[in-house]
Amino acid sequence: MEREKVIVELKNVNKVYGGSNHVVRDLNLEVYEGEFLTLLGSSGCGKTTTLRMIAGFEEPTGGTITVEGESVSEKEPFERDVNTVFQSYALFPHMTVFDNVAYGLRMKKTAKGEIKERVMHMLELVQLGGFERRYPSQLSGGQKQRVAIARALINRPKVLLLDEPLGALDLKLRKQMQMELKRLQRKLNITFIYVTHDQEEALTMSDRIAIMNEGVLEQVGTPTEIYEAPATRFVATFIGETNLFEGCVKETSAHHVSVVVESGELRCRAQGFEKGEMVAISVRPERMKYSAEPVEGYSVRARVKETVYVGSVLKAIVVLPNGNEIKIERLAGQKLPPDGEVYIYWDNGDGKLLHLMDQVFYRTIESVKLA
Amino acid sequence: MTRRTFRGKVLPAGLTIGPVTLWLVFFVAVPLLYALVMSVCSIDGSYNIVYRFTAENYRRLLDASYMQIYGQSIFIAFLTTIICIVLAYPFSFLIARAAGRKKALLYMLVIIPFWTNSLIRIYGWKTFLGTGGWLNEALLALHVINAPVDFLFTRAATVLGMVYCLFPFMVLPLYTSIEKLDGTLLEASADLGATRAATFARVVLPLTAGGIFSGSIMVFIPCLGYFFVSNILGGGNSDVIGNLIERQFGKGNNWPLGAALSIVLIAITLLLVKLYQRCGGDMESFGA
Repeated sequence: MEREKVIVELKNVNKVYGGSNHVVRDLNLEVYEGEFLTLLGSSGCGKTTTLRMIAGFEEPTGGTITVEGESVSEKEPFERDVNTVFQSYALFPHMTVFDNVAYGLRMKKTAKGEIKERVMHMLELVQLGGFERRYPSQLSGGQKQRVAIARALINRPKVLLLDEPLGALDLKLRKQMQMELKRLQRKLNITFIYVTHDQEEALTMSDRIAIMNEGVLEQVGTPTEIYEAPATRFVATFIGETNLFEGCVKETSAHHVSVVVESGELRCRAQGFEKGEMVAISVRPERMKYSAEPVEGYSVRARVKETVYVGSVLKAIVVLPNGNEIKIERLAGQKLPPDGEVYIYWDNGDGKLLHLMDQVFYRTIESVKLA
Repeated sequence: MTRRTFRGKVLPAGLTIGPVTLWLVFFVAVPLLYALVMSVCSIDGSYNIVYRFTAENYRRLLDASYMQIYGQSIFIAFLTTIICIVLAYPFSFLIARAAGRKKALLYMLVIIPFWTNSLIRIYGWKTFLGTGGWLNEALLALHVINAPVDFLFTRAATVLGMVYCLFPFMVLPLYTSIEKLDGTLLEASADLGATRAATFARVVLPLTAGGIFSGSIMVFIPCLGYFFVSNILGGGNSDVIGNLIERQFGKGNNWPLGAALSIVLIAITLLLVKLYQRCGGDMESFGA
């Protein structure tokens, strides 16, 4: 990743509405040329605001945004080399498909012949050849979406911003458009910054995912990194399912940390933790193992509550002595624990140790001080 | 459609829509028909209506002396409409984009004058503009002028009064169409490289054209007829078609001619509205 060129950079970007509504906090993010980066988070996490600041519709309260090393803070939206695909499509209702797509070129005073050629080519690219004389009201949702994408791509922007562009489409069409968007992005080699709250969409489409929570960037990484090595408790629980064991660090060695949790003692391969620190261990259900005998380093006993068959996977829920439920998942054909008591454990690398006093905690402290 | 019932029985349609129908028949259809009939009647030597068919009234509408007044009236109406558009457009934008209390306040500023009779308000303007009026006094006190200026009884005064009276009729349809304008369209336009001026010309204006057109009809047509404004502020120097009609029913005492004039005015109105609908105009924007 070091060799890649940074195209968009956000430095200490903040956005505060009305003096107290802090929507984006100290955001630092580098977007590389040609990558598909997704801003992922639940509604109200600041992802759309971040996108709108890059587009120029909102001004950051603090910090700088640069595109190709040049600060865009003083630039109006129409002066920026980025284009946006809006969630509501925002097609001009009084213009035909052709005029909608040609809009950006006309604003750049492109020659008529070239406009025609480029618009037609772009419409072919989004598979809307023959639709140029229609009005937006005569198009289906998916077709409108394609027009919106074509219109935003016609100026060959350096960066394309997409604000939940598939949100209004039904599931089947959404899956199809996901693939198409990915294909377009690879073909045109344009940087995509994509906003969504759908984690599956983010995992399937993105080169990298930036996860936001309450205005804070929690983690940036490839889908695999995000899933396999979540940096915070929020990321671990937000992406996929996980089992969390909260506890306190008892001992640390060079590569290992032993943690006291309510139901016993657990060992993790981890570094950078302090004795006495509050931590959580995250173990994915498919990585969770069980055994009839205690395993060295793990001493958590559990009682099997139920096993469920869900088609391609089998799920088991086991209950810890304190009543917490732990999920175990296996592919169909593999074995699930028999009824009765088991000891749960996992491979050394599968338990991810997380600091509990993360940004959420510091934020709480901050708000307490303010109050 | 729901059917009105009374004690389980379906009421005849004529009864349920009766009151509205009666209202329309007595206050719209009958007077219109009467005017239509009268417009083709003759008068005798002492100006009494004689029920004998003639097309003379319509022919007389083409007299050169009338032509000059039509021209003047259309000019005043046109000028008034243009001024109303220019003033009302930014104002309507302001109302549409304002929020909460500010919006209510701006809206009230347009509505409240409606609660006072327009005749009284025009008399108010007369005292304000007169040689001994506040405007002259203020200008004299400020030494902007040395002697009182005759603002009254000019064409400008008439246009001012017309604009004042008809401004709300421009604001309401404009406000409705601007309110409907989707803000993300403006963002999309800016995003695609359009300056504010280009966005206005290519997106805002075309999408609010319906409001401008219906507002223009609602200003232009009454402007041809508001004789009291030109009477009070124009002092006979800037007659509109309304003055002509009024005169036929008053001093002129030629009711059939007045009726013919009225019928032509109504026909022009209908024609304009029809034209507006043809162009894809939305009748809702008249409702405001």
